Amino acid sequence: MLRSAWRSLLHHKLRLVLSGIAIVLGVGFVVGTLIFTDTLNSTFTNLFADTTSDVVVTPVQEVDGRGFAGTVATMPASLLTDVQAVDGVDKAGGQVFIDGVTVVASDGEVLGTPGAPQFGSNWEDDEALTPYRLVEGRGPATAGEVALDSISAEKSGYALGDAVSLVGPQGPLAPTLVGIFRYGTSGNLAGATIAAFDTVSAQDLLLGGQDAFTEIDVVATEGVAQDTLAADVRAVTGDGVIVQTGQEAADEATAQLTQGLAFINVFLLVFAGIALFVGTFIILNTFSMLVAQRSRELALLRALGATRGQVVRSLIAESFGLGLVGALLGLAVGVGVAYGLQGLFGAIGAEIPNEGLVLLPRTVIVGLVIGIAVTVVAALAPAIRASRIPPMAALRDDIALPTRSLRLRAVAGGVLMLLGLGSMTAGAMAGGGSGSQLVGLGVVAALIGAIVVSPAIAGPLVRVIGFAYPRMFGTVGSLAVQNAERQPRRTAATASALMIGLALVSALTIFATSAKSSINVVIDRVIGAEFLVTSQAQRPFPEQVAVDAAAVPGVDVVSAVKFVPAEVNGSGAALVAVEPATLGSAITLDFASGSLAEVADDGMAVDTQTATGAGLSVGDIATVVTPGGPTEYRVTGLYEPAGLWSGYVVNRASLGSVGVDLGDSFVYVKAEDGADLAQVQDRLTAALAAFPTVQVQSQADFLAQITSSVDQVLLVMVMLLSLAILIAVLGIVNTLVLSVVERTREIGMIRAVGGLRRQIRSMVVLEALVIAVYGAVIGLVLGVWFAVALQRTLVDQGIEVLDIPWTGLLAFLVLAGAVGVLAALWPAYRAGRLNVLQAITTE
Amino acid sequence: MSSATAMPQTSTPPAARAVDLTKVYGEGETAVTALDSVTVDFDRGRFTAIMGPSGSGKSTLMHVCAGLDSATSGTVYIGDVDLTRLKDNDLTRLRRDAVGFVFQAFNLVPTLSAGENITLPMDIAGRKVDREWVDTVIDTIGLRDRLANRPSQLSGGQQQRVAAARALASRPQIVFADEPTGNLDSRAGAEVLSFLRRSVDEFGQTIVMVTHDPTAASYADHVIFLADGRIVDTMDDPTAEAVLDRMKGFDGKGRRS
Repeated sequence: MLRSAWRSLLHHKLRLVLSGIAIVLGVGFVVGTLIFTDTLNSTFTNLFADTTSDVVVTPVQEVDGRGFAGTVATMPASLLTDVQAVDGVDKAGGQVFIDGVTVVASDGEVLGTPGAPQFGSNWEDDEALTPYRLVEGRGPATAGEVALDSISAEKSGYALGDAVSLVGPQGPLAPTLVGIFRYGTSGNLAGATIAAFDTVSAQDLLLGGQDAFTEIDVVATEGVAQDTLAADVRAVTGDGVIVQTGQEAADEATAQLTQGLAFINVFLLVFAGIALFVGTFIILNTFSMLVAQRSRELALLRALGATRGQVVRSLIAESFGLGLVGALLGLAVGVGVAYGLQGLFGAIGAEIPNEGLVLLPRTVIVGLVIGIAVTVVAALAPAIRASRIPPMAALRDDIALPTRSLRLRAVAGGVLMLLGLGSMTAGAMAGGGSGSQLVGLGVVAALIGAIVVSPAIAGPLVRVIGFAYPRMFGTVGSLAVQNAERQPRRTAATASALMIGLALVSALTIFATSAKSSINVVIDRVIGAEFLVTSQAQRPFPEQVAVDAAAVPGVDVVSAVKFVPAEVNGSGAALVAVEPATLGSAITLDFASGSLAEVADDGMAVDTQTATGAGLSVGDIATVVTPGGPTEYRVTGLYEPAGLWSGYVVNRASLGSVGVDLGDSFVYVKAEDGADLAQVQDRLTAALAAFPTVQVQSQADFLAQITSSVDQVLLVMVMLLSLAILIAVLGIVNTLVLSVVERTREIGMIRAVGGLRRQIRSMVVLEALVIAVYGAVIGLVLGVWFAVALQRTLVDQGIEVLDIPWTGLLAFLVLAGAVGVLAALWPAYRAGRLNVLQAITTE
Repeated sequence: MSSATAMPQTSTPPAARAVDLTKVYGEGETAVTALDSVTVDFDRGRFTAIMGPSGSGKSTLMHVCAGLDSATSGTVYIGDVDLTRLKDNDLTRLRRDAVGFVFQAFNLVPTLSAGENITLPMDIAGRKVDREWVDTVIDTIGLRDRLANRPSQLSGGQQQRVAAARALASRPQIVFADEPTGNLDSRAGAEVLSFLRRSVDEFGQTIVMVTHDPTAASYADHVIFLADGRIVDTMDDPTAEAVLDRMKGFDGKGRRS
């Protein structure tokens, strides 16, 4: 029987290729994801292991009024001297390393991926104490000199000797580039930038002149263990600081990074899951068809004395072989996928240091197991069904394999979809983060439900979708509809990839459109100022910006906003410090009680949502701890949150000198009535040229910036989802080719009694079209459903408008149809080329 | 070279005609001559049976004459159209408009009802169905009450009768039947053959039937005997016994070669 299985595999090369592709793709996706994430982890693990010394001393980040994020926790330089004196310490060095030095490229653009850290640091010559490895030039030695990491240097276009445009915590700088270095072995940290100064300058520029460090790195004398040394160091430093072994510090850093990257893993694995899920259907489909085609052969084997078990084992052996070959090829494809993912992430700016891909044994095992298991499991049901064919059936024609009723599926799928609906409704009512989780669960349940129920509704729906076919295409049209309708399970399975893909794509698109419309609505309603001054580097800028802007001719009102880290009644929050007198003409907040004017002295306005969460109402006194110390504010007003505007709004004046060095985050600029706006914008830009990171945006610019970032995220998602569409195409090709093979005699018959080649081709293409449109329609309905649920859930998070891009969805439908037609071209060509005589005499 | 004129010449031109028809399968040493310079006329309004042992070329003769297979040399006419000069599309149209088929099995499209199968050639052609004629045919096969049924709901004999009705429904110039009773028991076979006979007698249909069953051949007006790709004999107004006797003789000859 094994030999029979093997012969059968070799005999049907085409079938082998078609079902193989599904396995290859599914395994390739999983393996690619694993390789990609393993490579990420290993790269960063190596990086941290390479770059960490034996013992690391860091200050405690306090959250009790003195150590907020934004202000830097440090250790006095005297501590370094103490540590150096510890027995077993070979050498120790002090580091200054903070996020806050922006590199402006020679073309005036801010360098680095938005949101990625922009580090400033001191230079350390001793390579044992620093991850920096000089590539070119020398380390900075005096004030006015700087070294850049190699990738930043390359991207910014600066060469040794150039004046580098930097913006530090205290404003713009233009030191001379004297050195270029690599960070560890790879060069960079996923889009982050590093500018290094001599230690004294670094302390001046980054720590306000304190003689202090943010980290002390210790190298042990030969033979001293890390944990012994750590204990000895701890004895000297006391409890005010954290002492970790190099291993602990590296592990912690890796763990933090891995956690940050976890969403990528989850995201990618979801797609791998979709690929496998769809792949399973394709395999199941293929084997069902193969078994149906070979039912006579199998029955003959039975008649010749093969037992049921032997028939099942033979088919399982066949699927095992197929799964093995598919999985092996899938491993190769996976490597390609991993490269592709690296390229994709590189293209959106999140470059990952490339040190070669990491292929762990685990990845190979997982790939093989998944490939083989999925194939064998998918082949199991058809195999068992095939073994039930009575031996005598070999002598009869038209063996019908027994099929189960679809009623159970309809009920089970319906129940799942109802559960999904319930979960989504509950989520939408709860709102916010927990609501989103419920909606996510509901979406998963509804998707699975839809897949389960699909075969039960495929028949009737296909008839509805193809209702115009007979009128438009005559008999060929009605044959196409009947072919799609004849095997609802197959039609549903074929359409499932397209359904899932379109459900997700359309839900994301609707959500993104709604987000953009909502932002538009909020900006329109809230912001009255014509211009907005923001930072390209997304970090605060000096208060001088507002002063300079106010002096520009044609400017009526200038209102600056800053965010001050604070604790309100014991929990962390940012105070929004405003100038109520000018803010009123720049923006419009909708006050439920009180007014902007009442945000005076110790008055504080809170958005209604935050107030509810914090249990505050008008008249309450809130204890607020700022970097300046604890104070009390009185809640004088409640306003409706509007997009960016939420949280605790206080009067700038109430802060006194606290947070002056934090800088402003926004400056609203209102032009005089009748002023030439373009001219004012030009003048503002010119007036603020001294602040390289600062940009002057009109309302439209601001909106465009936000919407373009929404579009970018959407694009990446859609690109990944288009892989699901690719699998859908293969699924349709697979189904059509096999069903053409299956219907050879029937097609031959139609040709014999006068069906033209063209008509046969049309029949196949029309069948594909109706299947694709069926999948797309269900997918779009689900997508709209999911998007509505998500939007309802996030109304309070600022997605207040539901904007369904109907023309876009229609385009998706047309695209899906085109995908179907495209997938049908080759099978249709084959069907048209069938030799009539061979076809009608085929067994 | 052996050629035989199957029928005595009559005044009307034949419904189909093969002239010096040769069909060779394969090339070189493996070449097999299935038809060897066969010339034959199939007269209008007659029921002709083609008989012969396995491998005699009887099915090949029918397939080539019906435009399902190509000739190696020689010409085939249906009416006055030379099939050997036609491209695939024109050949397909000719099959659709001028030829009816009944095969041994799997004649019907499983997704279509019996009624839809009967009108399929005309539906594919986009031609208007001659309702009155089709009704007459349906009444003759006696399956009016089963028209809405799918083929899988019909017995083998019923399926073949539907196939025969389809062959007649478009009023073709000629109907080719390839072992139409090969898969049927004798009672169902008799029903199908009686229907074919009636369609010749009552409607003047021309029918060419390939069979190896002397009883089936006895329904024909005229029998052509093939052996080794040549016409070796003919018989008018055959009876089952006479055909059987003649066949025994050919079988002996067949074995000798």
